[in-house]
Amino acid sequence: MAQAAVTTSDRTPVSPAPPAKAGRGVTPASILGWVIRQREATVIAITILTIIYFSIRTSAIYTVDNTIVTLQYVAPFIVIGAGEVLMLVLAEIDLSAGQVYLTAPWFVYWFWHAGLPVGLAILIALVLSAAIGLVNGLITVWLGVPSLIVTLAMTFGLYGLVLVVSSYTQEQMTWTRGTPPASPVQTPPCHGYPLPASCVHAPSWSHPSPYFYYSNILGIGGWATICWALLVLAVIWFLLKHTRFGVHVTATGGNILAAAEAGIPVQRVKIWCFMIISTVAGWIGILDLIRLGSMDPGDYGLNIVLPPIVAAVVGGTALTGGRATVLGTLIGALFLGILEDGLNLTGVSANYFYLLEGIIILVAMSLNLQLGRFAVRFRR
Amino acid sequence: MSAAPALPDEPAPDGAAAQPVSGAETDVILRTEGISKRFGAVVALRGIDMHLNRGEVLGLVGDNGAGKSTFVKILCGFQRPDEGRIFVEGQEVEFHAVKDARAVGIETVYQDLALVPQLTVYENLFLNRELTSVGKIGVLSRRRMRHLARQYLDNIKVNMPDLDQEVEMLSGGQRQAVAVARATRLNARILLLDEPLAAMGAKESALIMELVKDLSSQGVSMIVIDHNYAHLFALCDRLNVIQQGRITVDTRVADTSVEELTELMVRSFQRQLLAGQEALGEIAV
Repeated sequence: MAQAAVTTSDRTPVSPAPPAKAGRGVTPASILGWVIRQREATVIAITILTIIYFSIRTSAIYTVDNTIVTLQYVAPFIVIGAGEVLMLVLAEIDLSAGQVYLTAPWFVYWFWHAGLPVGLAILIALVLSAAIGLVNGLITVWLGVPSLIVTLAMTFGLYGLVLVVSSYTQEQMTWTRGTPPASPVQTPPCHGYPLPASCVHAPSWSHPSPYFYYSNILGIGGWATICWALLVLAVIWFLLKHTRFGVHVTATGGNILAAAEAGIPVQRVKIWCFMIISTVAGWIGILDLIRLGSMDPGDYGLNIVLPPIVAAVVGGTALTGGRATVLGTLIGALFLGILEDGLNLTGVSANYFYLLEGIIILVAMSLNLQLGRFAVRFRR
Repeated sequence: MSAAPALPDEPAPDGAAAQPVSGAETDVILRTEGISKRFGAVVALRGIDMHLNRGEVLGLVGDNGAGKSTFVKILCGFQRPDEGRIFVEGQEVEFHAVKDARAVGIETVYQDLALVPQLTVYENLFLNRELTSVGKIGVLSRRRMRHLARQYLDNIKVNMPDLDQEVEMLSGGQRQAVAVARATRLNARILLLDEPLAAMGAKESALIMELVKDLSSQGVSMIVIDHNYAHLFALCDRLNVIQQGRITVDTRVADTSVEELTELMVRSFQRQLLAGQEALGEIAV
């Protein structure tokens, strides 16, 4: 087996090439086998089929505007979904991420309203988001309450907090104190996406507003959120696949006894993951606040956290722990976005919308599982 | 950033395994003196004097409740004895926790408890001892880990074609081999194996037996607990029979046979039964 030793040690960490069995070489069959063996293969196939279907039905799907709107819609799914991947690998779940996404903007607003600079308010909101994750983690790990319950309770609690403090009134984030500059200048919309109403005065290098930073530094115009979402996704992917921490997360989720036996601080690993998902959920929430400029205390977090979990699971992440695919979660989130966008564009009645969505997700998931079983046979 | 630990230092010369039963003090790697343990009214161990020679495979035989597992738990630091002393290479040691035993090179191998099924063979071998580059961020050096894992497995003659395979996909024997390899790679000099051949086919058993022989010839000493005499005779150099918390028989495998041992156990069982009946009789009278 010396030959095998050479080939394995020569392979790069992420080996894109089909691992050819000694002596057989690369054949069409081996390439097909490699494709089927990939955990993300089925969800990619299903997504491509969905795109093809909707592009036949409507041409609007190809416009830049529509793409931006869809991606902005999908961005929180991608970010929270990537965070949920960490949770699901640990065989835990965080239902509060959606409510954190909604609450972090309120934190920004409250602290900004109290007179702090915007930058500082954002920083505090992020720290508080991380602290929410810390509380989730500590209760789960120390008291042994299932994370499903802990984070559900956290969702209720945060929802209530926002309702109480906001007195159930919507707020606009104007980003300006006192009287705005004399002549507001409207800048041309970027990439066809209009500036939010909250941009009262012209964002420029001399009068920068958060939206100005958002569109010029955090990203290019309407693409900012999706750029951030992809960045967060890439960081979590790298963390999970290429760092010690990632191996420890997988080990903790796969066999917590073995992980603890090997000396991995399993409790600390879990708490870190709770903090990571909470922080990134808060961050993407703040970005959406900057983009949209308004907050509604009636928005409910469970509506936001469930699609990312579906995205992760449709993408090929197991609910039982130890198995995850960050790439699959990205595709899963895109699948959900394209599905919703496509149904919208093809003029499906709002009444049928959720019914159809439910059926399609179930079908996609069942297909995924069946093909997955097939793939396992190939993997042996 | 730590370099992979190499093989256990100074492997014993070939033939060390065939040392006579009462090995010279210098070759005794592990020795216990009068280990006793009671749980409430139940006396589990009544003074166990045992020794393990370097590179030797010692089998522990005994009925359920004879005290085997209590003894092993004390050796691996999981429980503390009420009385008695433990010596590793002539030096007295005291274990307060499993990690104390591990620190002097005593490791217990459980087939399924030790491995993470979703991680690859080499990731399991390096679990929590991962090699990294880029300092504190801890980016995995997969190539280096694969290379060293391959080198080490070749060294202890474990045949593992694909190190990138997830442990879940391996057979029971291969998993056992990975678990043992991990323990010894981390400088374990004394392995406690709990039923290493349980639920294994002939081919699998052969794999583990070969591994045990190779390791013992490289100076790793092992204590094997098993109910199956055939397994013990195939694996061990020497057998200790534990009965009612004491070592009653200490014999080289070559000097005894499955039949003799079975008869011994049956006879003692009958004696106990008889004693029990007599005791009951006295109570009745």
